[in-house]
Amino acid sequence: MTSPLTGDVSGPTAGAAEPFAMPVAAVFAEGVGKAFNAGTRKQVDALVDVTLTIQPGEFVSLIGPSGCGKSTLLRVFADLLEPTSGNLRINGKPARQARLDQDYGMAFQQAGLFEWRNISRNIELPLEVRGWDAAKRHARSREMLELVKLSDFATHMPWQLSGGMQQRVAIARALAAHPPLLLMDEPFGALDEMTREHMQAELLSICAKTGTTVVFVTHSIPEAVYLSDRVVVMSPRPGRITSIIDVNLGDARDDDTREATEFYGKITEVREALRGVEYGHGARGIEDR
Amino acid sequence: MVSFLRRNAVNIITPVVFGVALVAFWEFFVNWRDVKPYILPTPSSIWHEIVKRIHLLRSATIVSGQNAFVGLVLGVIVGSLAAMVANRFRFLSELITPLSAAISAVPIVVIVSIMNKMFGLGSQVSRRLMVLIVVFFVVFVNVARGLRQSDPTQVELMRSYAASERTVMRKVRLPNALPFLFTAIKIAAPISVTTAFVSEYFGGTQDGLGQKIPAALSNSKFPLGWAYVAAACALGLVFFVLANVLEFVAVPWQRRRT
Repeated sequence: MTSPLTGDVSGPTAGAAEPFAMPVAAVFAEGVGKAFNAGTRKQVDALVDVTLTIQPGEFVSLIGPSGCGKSTLLRVFADLLEPTSGNLRINGKPARQARLDQDYGMAFQQAGLFEWRNISRNIELPLEVRGWDAAKRHARSREMLELVKLSDFATHMPWQLSGGMQQRVAIARALAAHPPLLLMDEPFGALDEMTREHMQAELLSICAKTGTTVVFVTHSIPEAVYLSDRVVVMSPRPGRITSIIDVNLGDARDDDTREATEFYGKITEVREALRGVEYGHGARGIEDR
Repeated sequence: MVSFLRRNAVNIITPVVFGVALVAFWEFFVNWRDVKPYILPTPSSIWHEIVKRIHLLRSATIVSGQNAFVGLVLGVIVGSLAAMVANRFRFLSELITPLSAAISAVPIVVIVSIMNKMFGLGSQVSRRLMVLIVVFFVVFVNVARGLRQSDPTQVELMRSYAASERTVMRKVRLPNALPFLFTAIKIAAPISVTTAFVSEYFGGTQDGLGQKIPAALSNSKFPLGWAYVAAACALGLVFFVLANVLEFVAVPWQRRRT
């Protein structure tokens, strides 16, 4: 969406100091930290020394017990929170610039639909803020509705849709500007188990179609394993990354994948990594209830 | 329409039957016990008075209705604007909130007496201002809460779209505050009518219901006094119904929210 003609923006110009290997990483974090009330006696280290590179097209989950800073990290990526230390680039740009360029879309546990707008106008909202004209917005909204299989519901109001359908609208809205990156904060956390599994499959097929990079916060181990190329395990006090597990269940994941041995193997691996987290620093296997 | 009536038959018939029975009992009781008119006139004598003096009732009701309506509309506008300003600028909120609470704690008698002196006894301004003050407080408190209680997910989404604070106000905070505004109007509408009556009562021109009711009663025109009371009830009801219709039309999503 950035035009080369609009010229320079405040802050360091991308590419001036840091050479990037091609392709540009979707997320590049190096020693990123976030402290609340920094410098006071009430200082809380929400994130310490987070180093993580996410390649375009990758699906990465952040998992960990509550308070481990996974949502904070997502909000730092989104430039909704400012990191207090470290180096962060989104699509090769400073996070703030990435936000201004709408380089990412976001979805939360609450669908957060606007009750006074119909489904189509909900999807158009980010485009409206960007100043797109009406015809272009309608066309894009129709395209997105087709993507999430809700074409018949364009003029419905949010309250007329089930929880799963509302969440699909939220995803369509997050992807409406065709951002290369999708940031999701427990988007399926409020859904029942059946709907949830269905939505996971839907999300994978959407990502396969659009090639979107996804950072996905969850506290469900099977969800993280089923969806991800890599699972990032985090631990609290202070929030940090303790391990990163490669998953690779293949592109053709379906309901059978959920019963495959590799699936269970990876679930066990993530669970053990999380146990190490819960029972003290990396002392895996001491307690094995 | 017919199916609507059939579905709501019980809801409609019950209060109608009850009301008719009450009036019949009232009529019967007054005649039977020979209750004096200064205690309680019969419904039939009140009705007779209503029919005979309908032009008097109408003009007094219009005067009071205008006082209430003008004050209500201005109070809603000023209250909403003040809430928006207070939401945008924190220090102003800390200025307006205690001030409006203090003003609304002053008895109506006092404020009306002062304003009657300020604007002269021949004008309706003091009554309308009084209604404005009362309505302002209800609207300000509710709308301010509505603006504050925007869905945090929606606000965060707007920030992720790099939306300006003005856009957030227009697309998130204002629509979110609308249900609160209409709740405030529903509360304020009947209050605006009673406030108009009370402020008319405390001096000034003699043309509103707030003057006509005590005047008729003190002149021993008891059925006429009660006819004015009936007009006052009707006026309050009209405001109440209008406020509810307004909410139903203006915030359709609110019907389904609860």
